Amino acid sequence: MKATAINNNYPHVSHRDASLGYRRREHVLMLLLMSPAVLVVFVLLLIPLGWLIGQSFYADGFSLEHYQRIFTEGIYWNTFWVTFRISFIVTLLALLMGYPIAYAASILPRRWSMLVLALVILPFWTSVLVRAYAWLILLQRSGVVNESLLGVGLIDAPLALVHNELGTIIATVHILLPFMVLPLYATMQKIPSDLIQAGASLGGTPLHVFMRVFFPLSLSGVLAGMTLVFVLCLGFYITPELVGGGRTVMASMLVSRNIQLYSDWGAASAVSVVLLICVLAIFYVVSRLVPLEKILGAK
Amino acid sequence: MMKDTNCLKYLFGSSVMVIGALGAGQTLADGEITFVSQGGAYQDAQTVSILDPVAEALGITIRQESAPDAWPMIRTQGTTGQAVWDVVDTPPLNCVRGGNQGLIEELDFSQIPNAESMPEEYKTPYSVAYEFYSSVLAYNPEAFDGNPPQSWEDFWNVEEYPGNRALRNHPLGTLEAALMADGVAREDLYPLDVDRAFAKLEEIKPHITTWWTSGGQSAQLLYDGEVDMLMMWNGRVSAIINEGADADFTYNDGILQNTHLCIIEGAPNQETAVEFINAAIAPEYQANLPLHIDYGPGNPAAFDTGKIPDERARELPSFPENAERQVLMSYEWWASSAGEQAERRWLEFMQR
Repeated sequence: MKATAINNNYPHVSHRDASLGYRRREHVLMLLLMSPAVLVVFVLLLIPLGWLIGQSFYADGFSLEHYQRIFTEGIYWNTFWVTFRISFIVTLLALLMGYPIAYAASILPRRWSMLVLALVILPFWTSVLVRAYAWLILLQRSGVVNESLLGVGLIDAPLALVHNELGTIIATVHILLPFMVLPLYATMQKIPSDLIQAGASLGGTPLHVFMRVFFPLSLSGVLAGMTLVFVLCLGFYITPELVGGGRTVMASMLVSRNIQLYSDWGAASAVSVVLLICVLAIFYVVSRLVPLEKILGAK
Repeated sequence: MMKDTNCLKYLFGSSVMVIGALGAGQTLADGEITFVSQGGAYQDAQTVSILDPVAEALGITIRQESAPDAWPMIRTQGTTGQAVWDVVDTPPLNCVRGGNQGLIEELDFSQIPNAESMPEEYKTPYSVAYEFYSSVLAYNPEAFDGNPPQSWEDFWNVEEYPGNRALRNHPLGTLEAALMADGVAREDLYPLDVDRAFAKLEEIKPHITTWWTSGGQSAQLLYDGEVDMLMMWNGRVSAIINEGADADFTYNDGILQNTHLCIIEGAPNQETAVEFINAAIAPEYQANLPLHIDYGPGNPAAFDTGKIPDERARELPSFPENAERQVLMSYEWWASSAGEQAERRWLEFMQR
């Protein structure tokens, strides 16, 4: 009876239609509000990307020459192998270092956990370039680390800590660590403490409770952090360029070398496209396991 | 090489047309050119020492632009026939390569009397030398106790001269050094024996700590004592010596390089451009340049003007006594197909 009464008040529009119309208006408004952002993405991202892809198939007309080169020439294979190897090691190290930090931040009292997170995020405010140079100063032959080790007498000759793959890995781990810690922390924080208490009250030792309750529940964060770090590392440029000593050639550097040395935009584009496909493939596989929003930090 | 930039061409082409349309709105004054150099301290130094005085003397306006790598723009403007630049200060490799491809105007040297006294090898049909720098052997004197390396042969001699080494991550100049280390006389370098050069480079590769990519990086390597000897640009060594670093260098076996002035094919202000080039290489303006930056004048006659103090002259890469101990890089060879093929082998060499 109530429904009839309402319908009588709005003789021409049903209740359902009214709400639909309202929602439609809202959608239009939302689209209008988003349009500057959409336009920016379209003009600055999608068009250049399309151009890039087009270029990678171009060499005096349509051609697969640039891709053929990637799959047949040793240096391209080698570069991708180095890129994936470094990314894998960096991801693993970031996980080993990031997990305890995120864990500590999630169980400490709020004031302390904020301090821990602030220390993790602080280096974000310094540019990647400056941090790469800072690592040079620390790790080089006459750097702080080598001088201290020599002074203490632990080593007789300076160690080659930088201008190689090792230096690249150290500096990259440092730069990417926040991308591991933050998703981990977000996940861990949501693990209900009741579950841990329940485990303990049932007689589980702290280690047992951690391994059987806490760790499995944090796995989605682990996956999110690893994906983020791995993918970001695949495209790293400044760090390997500055602390890699010239022979640590990652995919992004191959792109720039192709342009600087050979002005070969097609070859450079093809490398970028292959790298992009790798990244998308990784995201696709991971998204079957964990929702993408979670990895990108929306939830 | 470079079948590449066609897509780029369209993008640049359209922006060039837009700029062209804007330019057409205003009537271009007769005495006006657009001059392009590489920016930074170098462009500032030439503004004070050459560009401003020349503009005043000729009564023209010089609009300045900078492009660290002018080649893509030269290509675009030359191929679309929509030139907005007039004169470019760029490595002669770009001038010669551009000239061969019809992107750079051939120079009428009868209109450029100031070039007459310059050595033939400082000119190409398309360009004329503007300033000089050199890739030299620099070292940390403390590491060698009074017996520093003085040639590329010494640089390659790891027994007698132990220490960390660095080279530039680029084939230009590096192949020349390798051949000199292998005993090729400076006057017999070109055409380069590319196979021999790469073989010699393989020898030193395990002893190279760093293959540097930017001038700043090379300076930092020497300044911080990260390497004991390296190839670097003379201006960069001088800069850190002035900052008090333990560093020195020799012009022996240096690879003398320069940038040239050239005119874009179909440039809007051709006549003024030629007039400008003639004035810009005049000894009296050329002599100003080394007073503001560690580069030598492109025209050696500048040393006879009396403007450059003798002490300063002796520090410059193109000072005749210094030039004699160096090899002038042959951009004509690097612009040839043999040169392009040698360049292409570099990436592979680095990764092996």
